Amino acid sequence: MIGRQRDENPAGIHLPLDPLPGHTSRGRLERVLRRGEFAVTTELNPPDSADPEDVYNRAKIFDGWVDAINAVDASGANCHMSSVGICALLTRMGYAPIMQIACRDKNRIAIQGDVLGGAAMGVANMLCLTGDGVQAGDQPGAKPVFDLDCMSLLETCRIMRDNGKFLSGRKLTTPPQLFLGAAINPFAPPIDFRPHRLGKKIASGAQFVQSQYCFDVPMFRAYMQKVRDLGYTEQCFILCGVGPLASAKTAKWIRSNVPGIHIPDSVIKRLEGAQDQKKEGKQLCIDIINEVKETPGVSGVHVMAYRQEEYVAEIVDESGVLKGRQPWKREIRRDDQLVADRLDHILHDEITETQVDMVKTAH
Amino acid sequence: MSETTPAKDGPTVTQATLNKKAAPKSDYKPADVSPQRRVQRSFAVRLWSVRHSKLLEWFYAKFADTFLLLHPLWKGLGYNRVEGPIKFVEKRVKGFMFDCRMCGQCILSSTGMSCPMNCPKQLRNGPCGGVRANGNCEVEPDMPCVWVKAWEGSQNMVHGDRILTVQKPVDQSLRETSAWLRVTAQAAAAREAAATKTGASA
Repeated sequence: MIGRQRDENPAGIHLPLDPLPGHTSRGRLERVLRRGEFAVTTELNPPDSADPEDVYNRAKIFDGWVDAINAVDASGANCHMSSVGICALLTRMGYAPIMQIACRDKNRIAIQGDVLGGAAMGVANMLCLTGDGVQAGDQPGAKPVFDLDCMSLLETCRIMRDNGKFLSGRKLTTPPQLFLGAAINPFAPPIDFRPHRLGKKIASGAQFVQSQYCFDVPMFRAYMQKVRDLGYTEQCFILCGVGPLASAKTAKWIRSNVPGIHIPDSVIKRLEGAQDQKKEGKQLCIDIINEVKETPGVSGVHVMAYRQEEYVAEIVDESGVLKGRQPWKREIRRDDQLVADRLDHILHDEITETQVDMVKTAH
Repeated sequence: MSETTPAKDGPTVTQATLNKKAAPKSDYKPADVSPQRRVQRSFAVRLWSVRHSKLLEWFYAKFADTFLLLHPLWKGLGYNRVEGPIKFVEKRVKGFMFDCRMCGQCILSSTGMSCPMNCPKQLRNGPCGGVRANGNCEVEPDMPCVWVKAWEGSQNMVHGDRILTVQKPVDQSLRETSAWLRVTAQAAAAREAAATKTGASA
């Protein structure tokens, strides 16, 4: 199909969308969420290379299945291509990236510069994170910065957007237009503080949040109940983090080695009992999506399929969360097609055109 | 959000372990903790302070009032001149009680008497998502999470809900200065401003 899709700038896919009343960004994700549609986001596995094609190929897997792609900022404190770089490439191709900013590696001077740079490249969504400790990654000798924390980072971005000022009070000539996000982990202690912490994040400027991997649906429901009682679901879009587990062994490894991910015994038992554990892991993910999508206050899912990116489309399709809707997809536009046809004719047809002939065909 | 590479040889091989294994062998093996922890003692006293957060809250309120009463004295002697000795005492007293890091902008009364600067990520607005299931720190597996303790401590306090206020980022230029004197000077200035305002309106 050739033609313009919803949420696309007719002047070029890489350009920001028209501003809408009540919207703080000119991005696709905010439009989808504010329309009340169930949003799907995912995470791009950042390449360890300087080749832009690696980013394009990895993003292409999600074409037409997700509303936004997280560009991670050295997750797990492992070195990869920077989130700013990935976002620069993705926005060129018309994708809607969510630029993750971690406080581990940059101080407030660098972060505010990156926020402006990202926004200038057309990044509409920014996710403010504290970041994993350096001890978790491949370079434990690095200096941990942690100049800001996720909360003060959110506030900094909000001040830049709403007040048009740096943290220092110096004025911006053009403030960034952003949809601000944060992360939540309902599964780590202190459990009864977690809903209040979401409240603090909303007060600091969070407009959407993505949760840590959810494998314990009753625990997530209890958290959502508390969050609804506090009235936060009206102030913030909550996306539940889900993902397939490759095997029972992986699940056990994650449970004992990755802090903050809570995997109940029942999940491990279910995986161990399955013939094809990888398939069962995918089915488990779909089942969890089906359970959480019915939970009031959940506005979408964040599918994290690290090194199993090929399953994202199947998971989204089989869980039916899109309800027949197709998220934006990179397509050949009419003018691109026209140019391609003409160039093709010049390149491949063995003809020598003279001006005389051209005038004849023109008439 | 976290990166996970399943290791083949055993369930407890983390990236940190691999890095340690790859390091050159030597007879000198320092304790396997973060550099920040190396300057700390055990945290028994710190945990005592959290358990007695209500008492300390009451005491600090009295203490702050006394300091404010002495404002004319500090002003007479000169805040700059008294800073040295006051800081000497403050650093040792708070260092003993809370493992104070002298950030110079104390928020202990908003954090359940658990000093947030002891968090390896120095978070001042609540726990990160990496807290272990047993309530210990992600970075220091043997240390109870500063913010789990802060939440417990704040539950005992009269103004425990102060933990819900969003804290500004740390002003690094105030490190190694006296928070007591700063708070006193600010309170005195606020009192004077209020006095002149009521005086002007009267």
